[in-house]
Amino acid sequence: MNELLTLMKSELVLTGIIFLLLFIKIGKGMKNETLLPLVQVLLLVNFIFGFVLNKEGRLFGDMFYTTSLIAFQKNILNLGVYLISLLCTDWLKKTPHLPEFFLLLLSALLGMFFMISSANLLIFYLSLELASIPVAAMANFDLDKKRSAEGAMKMILSSAFSSGILLFGISLVYGSTGTISLPEIAGRLDGSTLQVLAFIFFFAAFAFKLSIVPFHLWTADVYEGSPIATTAFLSVISKGSVAFIFMTMLYRVFQPLLDTWYPMLVILSIATMVIGNLFALRQQNIKRFLAFSSIAQVGFILVAVSSNDHMGSTAVIYFVLVYIFSNLAAFGVASVIAEQTGKERIDDFKGFYKTNPFLSWILALALFSLAGVPPTAGFFGKLFLLTAGGARAAYWFITVAALNMIISLYYYLRVVRAMFMDKNDTPIEPLKISAPVRLGMIICGAGIILTGLLSWIYDYIHSL
Amino acid sequence: MPNATNIALIPLLPLAGFILLGLFGRKYIKNGAGLIGTALLLGSALLALYTAYDYFFVYGKVDGVYQQFVPLKITWLAFSKELSIDMGLVIDPISVMMLLVVTFVSLMVHIYSLGYMKGEERFPTYYAFLGLFTFSMLGLVLASNIFQMYIFWELVGVSSFLLIGFYYDKPSAVAASKKAFIVTRFADLGFLVGILILSYFSGSFDFQTLIARLTSPESNEVKNAVASTFLGASALTWGAALIFIGGAGKSAMFPLHIWLPDAMEGPTPVSALIHAATMVVAGVYLVARLFPVFSVTTPAVLEIIGWVGAVSAIIAAVIACTQTDIKRVLAYSTMSQIGYMMFALGVSSYGGEAGLGYTASMFHLFTHAMFKALLFLGAGAVIHYVHSNEMKDMGGLRKKLPITHFTFLVACLAIAGVPPFAGFFSKEEILLAAYNSNTAIYWIALITSGLTAFYMFRLYFTIFWNKAQGEHSAAANKHGEGGLVMMLPLVLLAVGAAGAGFIPFGEFVSTDGKALESHFHLSFSLAPVALGLAGILAALWMYAKANDKPARLAASLGGLYKAAYHKFYIDELYLFITKKVLFNLVGRPAAWFDRNIVDGLMNLTGNSTVLVSEGIKKFQSGKVQQYAIFFLGAVVLLAVLFIYVWR
Repeated sequence: MNELLTLMKSELVLTGIIFLLLFIKIGKGMKNETLLPLVQVLLLVNFIFGFVLNKEGRLFGDMFYTTSLIAFQKNILNLGVYLISLLCTDWLKKTPHLPEFFLLLLSALLGMFFMISSANLLIFYLSLELASIPVAAMANFDLDKKRSAEGAMKMILSSAFSSGILLFGISLVYGSTGTISLPEIAGRLDGSTLQVLAFIFFFAAFAFKLSIVPFHLWTADVYEGSPIATTAFLSVISKGSVAFIFMTMLYRVFQPLLDTWYPMLVILSIATMVIGNLFALRQQNIKRFLAFSSIAQVGFILVAVSSNDHMGSTAVIYFVLVYIFSNLAAFGVASVIAEQTGKERIDDFKGFYKTNPFLSWILALALFSLAGVPPTAGFFGKLFLLTAGGARAAYWFITVAALNMIISLYYYLRVVRAMFMDKNDTPIEPLKISAPVRLGMIICGAGIILTGLLSWIYDYIHSL
Repeated sequence: MPNATNIALIPLLPLAGFILLGLFGRKYIKNGAGLIGTALLLGSALLALYTAYDYFFVYGKVDGVYQQFVPLKITWLAFSKELSIDMGLVIDPISVMMLLVVTFVSLMVHIYSLGYMKGEERFPTYYAFLGLFTFSMLGLVLASNIFQMYIFWELVGVSSFLLIGFYYDKPSAVAASKKAFIVTRFADLGFLVGILILSYFSGSFDFQTLIARLTSPESNEVKNAVASTFLGASALTWGAALIFIGGAGKSAMFPLHIWLPDAMEGPTPVSALIHAATMVVAGVYLVARLFPVFSVTTPAVLEIIGWVGAVSAIIAAVIACTQTDIKRVLAYSTMSQIGYMMFALGVSSYGGEAGLGYTASMFHLFTHAMFKALLFLGAGAVIHYVHSNEMKDMGGLRKKLPITHFTFLVACLAIAGVPPFAGFFSKEEILLAAYNSNTAIYWIALITSGLTAFYMFRLYFTIFWNKAQGEHSAAANKHGEGGLVMMLPLVLLAVGAAGAGFIPFGEFVSTDGKALESHFHLSFSLAPVALGLAGILAALWMYAKANDKPARLAASLGGLYKAAYHKFYIDELYLFITKKVLFNLVGRPAAWFDRNIVDGLMNLTGNSTVLVSEGIKKFQSGKVQQYAIFFLGAVVLLAVLFIYVWR
């Protein structure tokens, strides 16, 4: 019992919050104005609590395991969720079903926690579903907008399709190895054709969740249609958690199939970077723009994943941390603008600096970090990703990735140019920034600068 | 033992000045800004002096060899156990020598600017930038890690950019600062790639480790690096050459020198500090820092360095003879003198007597800093007086500006290599080093030294003699020489320019740390001194009185004069390459490709997607099915690829 409490600490705390919200909902209810700060505080406590009392061990007949690295990964996600609750305050306050939104969001987060901790295909599959189905409902949260419903529909259908493929893969793995325990599978893989096929099915499911080209088609529609809080959750938290488990799967379970997945990663990574960039270049809507650019960023993550060593894993976790700060800051600014003016086009951002210097600087900082401009943390993130990828001495691959970084520089700076340099007779009027949003933005800004400069953060992740 | 706190304070004091003045200067300490900056720098300079005394005379020498100390090393960013970016301080003869030069010249410039920049709108900002520059330069000098050096190298570039563009309402200043930044950035790219190559093969960014590993021919690192070749040269050669390109950019070596003359748009004291004494010699310092690698492992690159230096020296000297803006003359003269330092390194080799060139180069760097800073500050006083950079607006100023006149003369004699002024000794050593190893470079250097004397005295005579007294504009005469704060640095620097040559430099600085005896032959000095005097006499004959001899000479030289006057059209060449070639041959086709092919493809994809989805785009979209098809198609494709094709 005691072991259950300590090892599943993160999950239990989250469950507690979920139940609290549920009681509030079925009880008298609460106004959004009071509920939202409460949730924000709870999430902050949850994040802080994530640092302490972390133990390593296994549970439920080795179906569930946790290590200090896994605890850290979970806490990165906690941080992201806390930031979303701050940055999307404007939208959250307006939504008529606030408790439900957080119920869904936290359930999905709970699913991700179990997924990262799973040591068994069954738990893995169940938690993956728990992590995706509530998100589809969240995508539908702008109830009066048709696009939102359309996006949710597309997501649930595509998601079901990918689950089907994944289940097929799982059954093939079970058929060829006779076990569903992940550590045991690793020992029984021999690279037979059946196993390669099973792996490809597995891989496709991950590729779908990570929006790797050509499994990315759902992404832009869903991102554009969903409320911005959902989009932020999908593009940062969801991607981050899947990236973590993806790495664990490749390094721990499918290690015997290295010869298959390494070239696969290289090909798809290049395709993802190139296509993500090409589409991002042409976007006019800021949400679609961020969606495609996040696809390109996943391509860079794959570069480090392909390294197949500890440095790659550290680089990915570090990058996800940086990416949370940068991308959420960008979404936060976009959210403030969209909620108060309804404007989402990049052209509307012209002359934005004149009227909203604070927001402009935050967005510029975020975009610089996403583009990998020194001395922001994004630069170090990309540097570590590429260095890790270079470990296998595929220099042309690193060169392609570096070229893509340069392309991405162009379109990120396009937005910055629009804000700071382009003239506009009717710029967006000065916007109100509420205290939680401002706090969230300052945290993100500090994160973007400090994560890069404080070298012990990287060292700490490396030591886990 | 070196005291890490004292040494760390040397760069940190100017940084404190930068932060203090940068944050509060404009609002709170507007008038005291100059004094605060100067006082902090005085602290730095005294600490540097103390460090130098301590190192050279107390603890530095062990068994007759000057040692290298690393009193402080903080790991900043660790990539792996072996490879890390550190922030450290290195104390050895050249870094201590540079500490002295940088802090001393910077202090002089700080004091001088109290008068020169007085009443300037952005006076505190100016001192903040000076502090930033001094900090960066000192950090560069003290770097114990090649990556640390690169970081400060870039910082130096940035602060130089800020200072050149200080008069930002002047379009020419803005253009010049951009030009300097872009040209040196290009060169720095070479530096960065070079760093990556060298540290990849040596497995370290640390100077000591890197040099130790790359200089023993038996080591695995060198064997690996020599084994991997690219376009016929080993990776090490490429790395070293790229690093030199970085140095050549900062030190304005041909053909990367085009930014230096334009950089004269900055305030004159800035030119004295950055573009005469400190930043521009960073390239020389870099080569000297990595000298063991260049001389032992990649002698081919060292040969290139020698030739680049020699060519730069003579080309710049020829151009300097024809320029009419006094600061530009000084700029080309700087380039020429740095060329001297470079080829002195180029003709040197490692250890013992053969390392004379190295010692000579550092010696010349030291003396040059004195007299060139003096020349610039003197020119500043003249410009301050006549409000013009053009020689034709000057003349006959020797009575009006007596102290400037006297100190300028000392500096001219020093740079012309007239004994017993400082430049004579260092130049003589360089010539001897060149004579011993490369006769062709020796001849180039000899001719250059004659030209140097000629153009310097052309400058001297046109400014201070030539016209009769009081012929210049009335507006000029309102104020005198500029008070004590402007004259004190001139006098102090003149003392340095006159006496620095008597320092037995070889005892302190040499390739291997052992004392180097300089052998002096009177007969050897005859040729350069005679040529120098000939140059001076020629200048006297042509420029001491206003006459038409220069014009006639220019006419008789015709094309050559014109070409030199137009700086051999190198700027135009760059413009041609960037505008015409890059724009037309690369830019245009790229734009065409983008417009017709990329856009066309995109439009095609877009149009066909629209066409396909036109009827079914509404709520019950057929697109999801299409997505599913793609999904399945991709799975099948991967399966086919990895099960049938790849295996």
